Amino acid sequence: METGAVLRRRRPPRLQIKGVTKRFGGVHALRGVDLEADVGEVHALLGENGAGKSTLMKIVAGALAPDSGDLWIDGAPFAPASPREARERGVAMIYQELNLCPHLSVLENVTLGRETSRLGVKRLDAPRVRLGQVLRDLDVSSFTGDTLVSELGPGDRQLVEIARALCLDATIIVFDEPTSSLSAPDVDRLFRVTRRLIESGVTVLWISHFLDEVKAIGNRFTVLRDGETVGRGEVPETSTDEMVTTMAGRSVAEAYPRSSRSPGEVALSVQGLAGASGPREASFELRSGEILGVFGLVGAGRTEMLRSLYGLDPMTAGQIELRGSAVRRPRPRRWVELGVGLLSEDRAREGVALDLSIAENITLSSVRRLANRVGAVTRQAKEAAAEPWRGRLSLRAGSTRQPVRDLSGGNQQKVALARLLECGVDILLLDEPTRGIDVGARVEVYRLLDQLAAQGKAILMVSSHLPELLGTCDRIAVMHRGVLGPARPRDDWTEDAALVAATGGTR
Amino acid sequence: MEPEDQPLPGRGAARARQIADLVGPFLGLIVVVALFGVVAPEGFLSVFNAKTIATQTVIVGLAAIGATFIIRSGGIDLSVGSAIALASVVTALSMKAGHGELPSALLGVLAGAAVGAVNGGLVTLLKLPPFIVTLGTLGAARGAAKWLGDEQKVDAPSGWLKQFMSKNPDLSVLPGFIRENVPDWLVLAPGVWLMGLSALAAAFLLRRTVFGTWTTAIGSNEPTARLCGVPVERTKFAIYVFAGAMAGLAGVLQFGRLTVGDPTTAMGKELDVIAAVVIGGASLSGGTGTILGAMIGAFLMATLANGCNLSGVPNFVQEILVGGIIVGAVTLDGIRHGRRGV
Repeated sequence: METGAVLRRRRPPRLQIKGVTKRFGGVHALRGVDLEADVGEVHALLGENGAGKSTLMKIVAGALAPDSGDLWIDGAPFAPASPREARERGVAMIYQELNLCPHLSVLENVTLGRETSRLGVKRLDAPRVRLGQVLRDLDVSSFTGDTLVSELGPGDRQLVEIARALCLDATIIVFDEPTSSLSAPDVDRLFRVTRRLIESGVTVLWISHFLDEVKAIGNRFTVLRDGETVGRGEVPETSTDEMVTTMAGRSVAEAYPRSSRSPGEVALSVQGLAGASGPREASFELRSGEILGVFGLVGAGRTEMLRSLYGLDPMTAGQIELRGSAVRRPRPRRWVELGVGLLSEDRAREGVALDLSIAENITLSSVRRLANRVGAVTRQAKEAAAEPWRGRLSLRAGSTRQPVRDLSGGNQQKVALARLLECGVDILLLDEPTRGIDVGARVEVYRLLDQLAAQGKAILMVSSHLPELLGTCDRIAVMHRGVLGPARPRDDWTEDAALVAATGGTR
Repeated sequence: MEPEDQPLPGRGAARARQIADLVGPFLGLIVVVALFGVVAPEGFLSVFNAKTIATQTVIVGLAAIGATFIIRSGGIDLSVGSAIALASVVTALSMKAGHGELPSALLGVLAGAAVGAVNGGLVTLLKLPPFIVTLGTLGAARGAAKWLGDEQKVDAPSGWLKQFMSKNPDLSVLPGFIRENVPDWLVLAPGVWLMGLSALAAAFLLRRTVFGTWTTAIGSNEPTARLCGVPVERTKFAIYVFAGAMAGLAGVLQFGRLTVGDPTTAMGKELDVIAAVVIGGASLSGGTGTILGAMIGAFLMATLANGCNLSGVPNFVQEILVGGIIVGAVTLDGIRHGRRGV
């Protein structure tokens, strides 16, 4: 009798995770994760990029199976074999890239795949009533079940997904970076909706980089670092500084080659840049012979800043000066002619042409220079032009005829850099230049960048890997929600300070 | 249910947008009619000629009903013309062998559905792109038609199938009181009625049934449809079989029109069919396209052909015009959708 009463008083947590591990090949993505989320709470899951948050959430969603460890929902063992099974147990995922059919109405999206019908004809009355109830409960009045999803903005589309989760009787809703593409009013509305969700007993797992937002909405938090639970606590009782310290933890000693550099003239000056795709306010001066780092979390608008600057996305405001003369209407081709090259973060699609040879890739941007008297470009000419880069960048390839697809990520990146250098650029805008490259090749890329800076090239390097910026850059600026902060010498930065600035915390 | 009293983008707005989507094709049709009304005065704007055009719409129109489903699901079907030829040959052979009109017509429809089943099977089982698969069956079905027809036209008694494409159909099958009271403008080729009824049924299928919603969902966002539990492969297979059957039906009527089974008929018709669907507002990237739009598109092209013939415009001008209209329609559509930002 006693124990029964105690059990009834001490309800099991809604979601319990104990000792979960997961490895991909030789890499430990998760090496022992514990988490407990209660009924009716917003539980924030914190961690830097690569800490293992996405892997953990895929396990909860049934998309991955853990190697070891256990999960429980409301005290009952939970080992979903498929996303469908997880859904049936009440888990709903709301991903960053929303899963909706834009050509269908809200109601059709909410019922998709579980339509009730008679002789194939849809019976929508009951679901329509249910959806209306859910939308009223959430206090959403900006759309109805008959609105086409293509007519809704990102904030409303997210609410459609939440409504779908509720119509499916979800008890655990996982938000993956829910505010990264939302405007400020939409964020406020999402907060209101989330509070209503937890009042009705739903458990919300909130994955976010933005600590200010965690402070505003979270009840408790769990911190992951390198695939381990390293901290947990009550949000109101913990300062953002403490959270940041727990997230960053160690300082990894990596080898950063660094020769003496002497920054010279301002090569590229950008004032008040804003773009349609996200950057709101970015100003910086890039000097020749220096590496300027731009830190920020995924979704802060760093890539979009580069794309707007380079004319790939529309620029809505700002002045650009190149070596003292104004550049109006920036266009990629014009930039290359002016000696400014951009290296995309998406190497496979925008960095190299995978099916072409090394020689063809390296000469792709400068091929017109190689034309002979009758205007033809021979393979020999391309290979002759590309050959020196093989030694200079220590490309691990037998010949420049090899297709780039056969190279490792690091060598592919070197080919992409060689393409920019071959067409004579002296200002390099690099977006995540070491993404997806193993450690050994990274160091080679760092060495190359160091050499280029020592030769007087101006380099702007965007990265979400803080240690590499602290190791290679002369100055660093931090971007947060589309706004680029002031660039300060790297000695003025600590990991903590940069993370605080990037997460919008107060110092 | 709560009354929808708030000024929200609800059902009314959805209806308004559907109408707006059809304004373009409809305007195009009006422009073409007005143009030839001026250029080709001899009888172009007559009831008789309207019936002629309607009859000329039937083959492409019927096939376009099926193609709308395929294009809406994000696919494409290039085998339509060959399926029409195959169906016409199969129907003729069956008639020649002494079977009645109804079983022969059914066999023709089945031949089209078989081509569709091959298309759907290859697209879903081998995960091949529909363009490649149907490019293959474009050749294979044409070859099968020639093989069955021994590389010749197949003569056969067409019976009442002939009536389907006749502008002056034999009304004696109708009950007396209808026959006497039917106004002249309603005396259309039965094929036109068949096309109209098929279009109505198909529009209902597309809008009101689970199958229609799944078709749209697959074309709109296939991974999401799969994630939500839509049986994507099964639905795609059904779409191709349905479209093949519609092409088969078109082939049966083609037989009725020609009164022979012709393995070389309807060459290149697949492009007219795709053009009709696209002029009607469909996007080849899937998710859009309505039956009514495809019907307007088919009618517009038949009107254009008819007007050009009546006014003595050479065939090549007509071909250039059709090409221009297709590109123009898609450009307009792109501008509109760019603004809406789907």
